[in-house]
Amino acid sequence: MSVGKVTFTKVEREKLAEVLWLLNWISVVTGAILLGMGLFLKMEIQKWQEVMSEQGVLYVPHMLITTGLAACGINFLGGKICLDCADTNKFLRWKLVMMPYVICTFFFTACILAGALMCYNIRSELEESLFLGLRYSMLYYKDTDTPGRCYLKRMLDLLQIHFQCCGNTGYKDWFQIQWISYRYLDLRSMAVVDRLRNNVEGKFLMDSVPFSCCSPLSPRPCIQQQLNRPLAHFNFDQQSQHLNLWRKGCRQALLDHYTIIMQSISLIVLLIWLFELLVLTGVRYLQTAMENVIRVGDPESESEGWILENSLAETARSNFNIIKNLGKCYQVDNDPNINVPAMIAEQEIHSEQVQVQRTS
Amino acid sequence: MVVMKMKFPFQKRVKLAQGLWLLSWCATVAGATTFTLGCLLKTELRRRAEVMDNTDIHVVPNTLMIVGLASLGINYFASKICQDALDAGRFPRWKNFLKPYFAVSCFFTVLMLLSVIMSYAMKGSLESSLKAGLRNGIRFYKDTDTPGRCFQKQNIDRLQMEFRVLWKQRLQGLICSFSRVKSNVDGRYLVDGVPFSCCNPRSPRPCIQYHLTNNSAHYNYDYLTEELNIYLRGCREALVHYYMGLMNTIGAGVLSIFILQGSVLVSLRFLQTAMEAVAGKENTEIETEGYLLEKGVKDTIMEYLDPVLKFFLLKNGGKVEEGAAADKPAAVP
Repeated sequence: MSVGKVTFTKVEREKLAEVLWLLNWISVVTGAILLGMGLFLKMEIQKWQEVMSEQGVLYVPHMLITTGLAACGINFLGGKICLDCADTNKFLRWKLVMMPYVICTFFFTACILAGALMCYNIRSELEESLFLGLRYSMLYYKDTDTPGRCYLKRMLDLLQIHFQCCGNTGYKDWFQIQWISYRYLDLRSMAVVDRLRNNVEGKFLMDSVPFSCCSPLSPRPCIQQQLNRPLAHFNFDQQSQHLNLWRKGCRQALLDHYTIIMQSISLIVLLIWLFELLVLTGVRYLQTAMENVIRVGDPESESEGWILENSLAETARSNFNIIKNLGKCYQVDNDPNINVPAMIAEQEIHSEQVQVQRTS
Repeated sequence: MVVMKMKFPFQKRVKLAQGLWLLSWCATVAGATTFTLGCLLKTELRRRAEVMDNTDIHVVPNTLMIVGLASLGINYFASKICQDALDAGRFPRWKNFLKPYFAVSCFFTVLMLLSVIMSYAMKGSLESSLKAGLRNGIRFYKDTDTPGRCFQKQNIDRLQMEFRVLWKQRLQGLICSFSRVKSNVDGRYLVDGVPFSCCNPRSPRPCIQYHLTNNSAHYNYDYLTEELNIYLRGCREALVHYYMGLMNTIGAGVLSIFILQGSVLVSLRFLQTAMEAVAGKENTEIETEGYLLEKGVKDTIMEYLDPVLKFFLLKNGGKVEEGAAADKPAAVP
């Protein structure tokens, strides 16, 4: 019992081939779009990769790039094949390639779906990566003279200005980190030495933030120091405090930024997947219809096309058997070229065994 | 005295018409591009309108938009004319249209060239507009509670961060002009400090915003040699540089479009004059002569200006005649 059986006349087969040729070319364009989106995502992640603790998230854009390239190649070939399928004689050229082509298209369509789901699910991994990455960047903010870390100050300042955020979770994260280098602290001053002594780890901690946390929306000049003591500043009420610095944490800001990008990409990739599924179904119908025409022998006759020849269970069983028997290709029992009646072969084996027993 | 006479055998006329058709469609696209460039420039100028004192500079994008639209029309008609040019039956209907068409086209093409010249020449006007605008912007920076000025602080802060600039004066100038509140005559609170938006993220040390001219206020600090702490470039310089860069690029593009447009008009003129010589002849495949101007340049200009002048003179002449006619019956008792 076939799955999805449809009968095609000659005219319908030719129309199907033409339509599929066009759809394959559109698929090449969508493959290019996939490639473009993968490259864009890769560039966006690499822009701020210093605040991510590991580059694990890069597998998503790599997947999209690979799938996009595969889509372009497979659909380009598919366009050529489908164009030739309209004519029975030309189809014979591609007969052996058709099945592998359909299988490849099936697998890469599955990859597209996997890519879409990956984009959707990456949020928690990204959050973890950003939390750790931002923590390390803030720790090394002051190390502008250490090779390998000297760019972190500039990068973090630009990040806070661009994304309108401050700190990891909030501005108070800066209070727990020494972000002023010893090179700019006057160690002869009693105030500085006292502060260093008061801290268990000997760090210079202050209730102040870097300038990049300042919000231009504040009606008053930015207050960066003595943030835990509002009374130290004239007229520094609740509202002023609220507008003074950026309230959002950079982890949340970056997460929101990447989530929007990934969700849009995921939606577009899903749409592309649905389109590819359509193309795959059409190609399968065309393949089976053309094969049946050749089997019947009359190019003008009607033929049947289907998705699966037998039911799903039977197809799965037969494929499983094929895989199981892949390793048994050299066994004498199953070689159809040797004309040995089964009964005589069994007797010979039995007599050999008896002889062996006698001699031992 | 004919200007630029050229011989046109039949094949050359055909090639000219075909080439002109293609060229006019390219010029149409170029005209649309000019319009788009004008819109782009206008949008960019409007984005920073609050730091400009006047809108004189807007004449450049306005002209570009007008010329772009006009060029769409000019080139559309050019393509239609050259399509009909090879058909001896259809070409004569354009006869009366062509003289005013060329006049209008030349006017707009010259206007295109003028806009290119203006985009280079208006640097002084832009600079003085920004000077006055930024001065007011800085003056009203603190007035975040005054309606009409409350956004100046935000605008200046964002401007300074985006363009990486500090106030319009350089730091050396600040030393002379800033002083403490006690010694200030106008009663204003002046400090040798800058807003946070002047801070340079490239600085290896945390930003020093206050007591900028006092070396002893900060450890290991010398304001004369410190270059990375705050942005040293003035906003006026940065904005002029940005806008002149934009206008120069647009100017170069529009210049090439002007050359394209000019070549369309010249080719059309040659085609017109060559086809006019064919009119009325039995054999349309004869060799004809095409020229740019029938008379000299001065004579042609007078020929075009005469109708315009007559139009104005006739008005005055008519009034004089009426006056004379009115006087006559009055004079006769």
